[in-house]
Amino acid sequence: MDDLIFILAITLKSSIPVLLASLGEIITERSGILNLGVEGMMLVGALAGFVVGQQSGSLLLGFGGAMAAGMLLALVHAFFCIHLRASQVISGLAVTILATGLSSFLGRPFIGRVGIHLGSLPVGPLAEVPLVGPVLAQQNWLCLAALALVPLTAWALAGSWPGLSIRAVGEDPEAADAAGVPVAPIRYACTLFGGLLAGLGGAYLSLVYTPGWKEGMTGGQGWIAIAMVIFATWRPGRALLGALLFGGLTALQFYFQATGAELVPAWILRLLPYLLTVGILFLVTVLKRTRFGAAPAALGQPFFRG
Amino acid sequence: MAITIEEKTSALHPLATTALAVVPVFLVGAVLFALLGTDPLEAYRVMVVGAFGSWFDFSEVLVKAIPLMLTGLSVAVAARMLLWNIGAEGQLVFGGIFAAGTALFWAPHMPPALVIPALVAAGFAGGALWALVPAVLKARWNVNEIITTLMFNYVAIIFMEHLYFGPWRDPMGMGFPGTAMFKQVAWLPRFFQTRIHLGLFIALAAAALLYFALKYTPWGYRVRVIGLSDRAARYAGFAFGRQQVMVMLLSGGLAGLAGMGEVCGIHMRLQQGLAVGYGYDGIIIAFLARLNPAAVPVAAVLLAGLIVGGEQLQTATHLPASISLVLEGALLLAILGASFFNRYRLRRTRSR
Repeated sequence: MDDLIFILAITLKSSIPVLLASLGEIITERSGILNLGVEGMMLVGALAGFVVGQQSGSLLLGFGGAMAAGMLLALVHAFFCIHLRASQVISGLAVTILATGLSSFLGRPFIGRVGIHLGSLPVGPLAEVPLVGPVLAQQNWLCLAALALVPLTAWALAGSWPGLSIRAVGEDPEAADAAGVPVAPIRYACTLFGGLLAGLGGAYLSLVYTPGWKEGMTGGQGWIAIAMVIFATWRPGRALLGALLFGGLTALQFYFQATGAELVPAWILRLLPYLLTVGILFLVTVLKRTRFGAAPAALGQPFFRG
Repeated sequence: MAITIEEKTSALHPLATTALAVVPVFLVGAVLFALLGTDPLEAYRVMVVGAFGSWFDFSEVLVKAIPLMLTGLSVAVAARMLLWNIGAEGQLVFGGIFAAGTALFWAPHMPPALVIPALVAAGFAGGALWALVPAVLKARWNVNEIITTLMFNYVAIIFMEHLYFGPWRDPMGMGFPGTAMFKQVAWLPRFFQTRIHLGLFIALAAAALLYFALKYTPWGYRVRVIGLSDRAARYAGFAFGRQQVMVMLLSGGLAGLAGMGEVCGIHMRLQQGLAVGYGYDGIIIAFLARLNPAAVPVAAVLLAGLIVGGEQLQTATHLPASISLVLEGALLLAILGASFFNRYRLRRTRSR
């Protein structure tokens, strides 16, 4: 029982950065913009969150700073994709390279410093509920907020007026434009929202999960989030499943370390998240033609009135 | 008054816009230097003198340019066929692993004259092998190669660490993260009393070969047609998937040669510090060179100068060397922006 609680608690706790980043990327891609800058935005978000939090002593300002930093990078990407009609692949890669460099350059003085961090939830009497209580007691409000975002974004995409506009812009910008939907502003907004969530996911790492700043501390989670969007077939609910899969593998890694079980060597466990990502990407791509949905039709295509 | 975007009929020479693109990059760097309280002009002076100030410094730039040329060619040749190989980093690592395995376990039992060719073949094979799975997944099932090649980077690095922390660790190394040093027979020859090694000539030869192969051979013709329009290529009946796999293997092999050069020409062992981002630099070099193999060596030397300059800056002023990574990212964005102004012009028009 204790083992199960340990694994479930860490699974949930480790899945949040990937969940936040992939929810943001879903919104961005649904509007037709491919953002390969997520990894960089998470890194800069992690640094900004840590630094602002440490300097101001305020968690709220820390998370705010991280979201602002992610949005700033997203603004660069959006400008290149929307106004300069640049290749979205190269622009996203450039943003990631730039942001990786920036976080390393500006973060150097903060390595190993002690900052602030977000504590666990006060669950009160809920702690007595078997399984749920102890698992919940190890989470925090950002984790709950991220989980709440899943149905929220799903509902927004499926039913709300802004969601319909986003999908129209991502599927057929010409028709959307003709119908009076403002293509460029919507794409800007969606890209910025993706940057905001990526930045927040990064700050979760530096302010909650492993408090502190470490160079390259995202370890590819931004890329995994992008893969999870394909796995999720651009749907928030399935993104939660993907994030939990990633979190589960991380939890297993901790579990084997903690129990000293030498069933699987540690280095193989470290490989698993990356191999799993390739594996499910493969499965989803093969199955897609029959059972799953396809990518937004205008994904990656610049739009301009001819 | 409003601003409209028009297609250009006569454009500035691409080289001119690329040169202009450098200006905002230097401004970005200047702002960062100023933020950290350093005189930007002095910082840039240290970087330029550090990279190009003397023959020895410049020879170090050429040393750094060797892997960059090869990863740049790797990314460029794949991109010519609309394939995004973001995995040059992992392929470089696997080329290094194969070369190290050959040097450690086979070289002592081999006729000495065969050792260097065996190392080159092993490096190429290691890189190609590491590109094989993403290549087949892409060609056969259209699985997104950006993600698969990138994930394989992490896998390759973890596997390499396992090797030099575990089974391949130097027994006499007192905990040094690396294998034992290779026997001298497996060292690539060096030239001009510098660290410039055989890899430079391999890289230059590869660039020349690729340039002519793309331009004058039937294979190059097919690659160029596929790169221009995959629909046309399918109509023409090219074996599309097989071409994709072959180009990815070539791409991986080139990156593998870069790893071989680092392992057998610089470190003489497999050790920490092999995966320092040359694979990602290759992306920038490929686009700086506009995917032209003949221009890749020039772009690689420029980027190597930037990296060596950053390292020199770190030694001289303790500013982090990662400034070069920032400038690289900014450079890639600036080139993207410049290509916009190559294709279009802005015109002020009277609003209706």
